[in-house]
Amino acid sequence: MLQEKHRTEIDEILSRYPVKRSALLPLLYLAQREAGYISEEAMREIAGLLRLTPPQVYETATFYTMLNLKPVGKFHLQVCKSLMCALVGSDTLIGWLEKKLGIKVGETSKDGLFTLSKVECLGACGTGPMMQINDDYYERLTEEKVDRILADLKRDGASALKTGPFMWPEPNGAKQ
Amino acid sequence: MPKHEIILLKNMMEPGYTGSLKDYEKAGGYQALQKVLGKVAPADVTTMVIKSGLRGRGGAGVATGGEWTFLPKDYQGPKYLCCNADESEPGTFKDRQLMERDPHQVLEGIALACYAIGAETAYIYIRGEFVLGSRILDKAVAEARAAGYLGKNVLGSGATIQIHVHRGAGAYNFGEETALLESQEGKRGQPRGKPPFPATSGLYGKPTVINNVETLANLPHIVNRGPEWFASIGSPPKSAGTRIFCVSGHVKRPGNYEIPMGTTLRELIFEQAGGMRSDKPLKAIIPGGASAAFLTPNHLDVKLDFESVAQAGSMLGSGGVTVMEEGTDMVWAALRLMEFFHHESCGKCSPCREGSSWLVQTLRRILAKRGRMEDLETLVQLCNNIAGRTVCAFGDAEVAPILSTLKYWRPEYEALIREAEAHRAHELPMAAMRH
Ligand SMILES: Cc1cc2nc3c(=O)[nH]c(=O)nc-3n(C[C@H](O)[C@H](O)[C@H](O)COP(=O)(O)O)c2cc1C
Ligand code: SF4
Repeated sequence: MLQEKHRTEIDEILSRYPVKRSALLPLLYLAQREAGYISEEAMREIAGLLRLTPPQVYETATFYTMLNLKPVGKFHLQVCKSLMCALVGSDTLIGWLEKKLGIKVGETSKDGLFTLSKVECLGACGTGPMMQINDDYYERLTEEKVDRILADLKRDGASALKTGPFMWPEPNGAKQ
Repeated sequence: MPKHEIILLKNMMEPGYTGSLKDYEKAGGYQALQKVLGKVAPADVTTMVIKSGLRGRGGAGVATGGEWTFLPKDYQGPKYLCCNADESEPGTFKDRQLMERDPHQVLEGIALACYAIGAETAYIYIRGEFVLGSRILDKAVAEARAAGYLGKNVLGSGATIQIHVHRGAGAYNFGEETALLESQEGKRGQPRGKPPFPATSGLYGKPTVINNVETLANLPHIVNRGPEWFASIGSPPKSAGTRIFCVSGHVKRPGNYEIPMGTTLRELIFEQAGGMRSDKPLKAIIPGGASAAFLTPNHLDVKLDFESVAQAGSMLGSGGVTVMEEGTDMVWAALRLMEFFHHESCGKCSPCREGSSWLVQTLRRILAKRGRMEDLETLVQLCNNIAGRTVCAFGDAEVAPILSTLKYWRPEYEALIREAEAHRAHELPMAAMRH
């Protein structure tokens, strides 16, 4: 149950809004952080917290692409496929990832580690091709960088190649 | 190095600048807030913004100060300011940089706007993918609150200014202001019909102002240096100030470049962004984000201000400039953008929901060399039946890539279709019927 574990955080979230329903997205995020996805049980609990009906919560939750209603891999790789990234090689990037992970777009690797998705613009058009993995951005990707990122994630669960705080071009001349 | 003055990106271009409160204060930060809070009447701050000529940087280019005056006078209940940090127009990536590298500049702008319009609460609606940005903003809000720049009785003036960061959860059209409000209220992010306009009935049905991140970031500078100073930059009176242009695509140095409005596309692409990345010449330019019509190399001398770009048949929009080299397939480019719009249509109006799907299917058929000449007429008809017939401006936006590529590169469409026709002639009648 979310309430037992996260009482203070929930209270803090509720305090930000004069109308309870506004806390819906933040609470759905909390549920997703907890379990990796949002279960029906979590939606029912959130409905109770906000005095909404479960269908009201479901209606909102299904609208938003960043809310997972099904479990995904431990690392969710989301590659931008919109025009600006496509101009600088996002299709090639997707090809590499499919080959290296042995899965197709939309699939999860057998070990449950990686899910690969194609998504629309992530607001990093000057530093493509790029992908988001869970909370982090990885930009200006090359095949070599992709290899390092995947190895880092497998080994340490994190990679130093993540980018941001964002500035491009960098003030003192471009670096990789 | 550029010869013009850099305003919004100045702090972050200093080596070692971290965007912390200390760094921001050292660079003169929060002086504008100290200058006006409790000392200058809110209405005079609005007048200052009107005089500066500042126009919205989010896409539509509405006069910022003028927009504020639409709030009901003498209204006693709560009013809200929403900072639009959805940055979801493909080609645009400036707000992310402003928030992640110099968050206090944005917060000070929000605080000034709150003071001017009499709002005690502001929400920053940040797109869900910008997790790092939302953490940086959260931290900056806490710092500013601890220092007395936000919270109750700010700087002893008696004014209350609270800022909360609200993360969205993925979809382009939350950038549309009323969709943003719906989403913030915990509903599906679908635009509302207007009127009523947000100025009278916005967030929670209360008077609300919605401004873009970059718009708000300009405010501290306008207050510090005066509206006359701001109105002398760029191409006044209609396009005062600088813009941060986000250059992407086939240039040597993609990235964010802050230049005065009125600078030519040529200078932005060939001087700032270093020109084309290879010896392939320039073929096409999108001057203002995915919703802006494509332009050609003949437009290189068009000035980047609201009026000049509109005169050239496109729009300055969100400042996202995408550059394409010779060899880029224009039908493919239009399809990529159309797939984006189809994916992001919120589904509220039939012309947009159904039309976007038909446009994608028709373009795919042409690109796969299965099209017919009639398809070109169908594309135009579909576009004309979407634009202007929808609840929000998304409908006008989504037809721009197709109509403009058809205008300038129609022979590319026709060549694909002629190939299809050549194939078809060799097929048996039954096989041809399948297409
Ligand atoms: C489909 C659509 C998407 C939009 N996306 C954004 C966006 O991501 N960011 C933004 O600031 N404005 C966006 N806008 C414009 C907003 O509706 C609104 O005009 C703007 O936030 C007003 O702020 P400004 O006057 O400071 O520009 C969008 C508009 C439409 C129709
Ligand atoms: S035009 Fe499209 S995005 Fe806008 S309200 Fe209608 S269906 Fe939704």
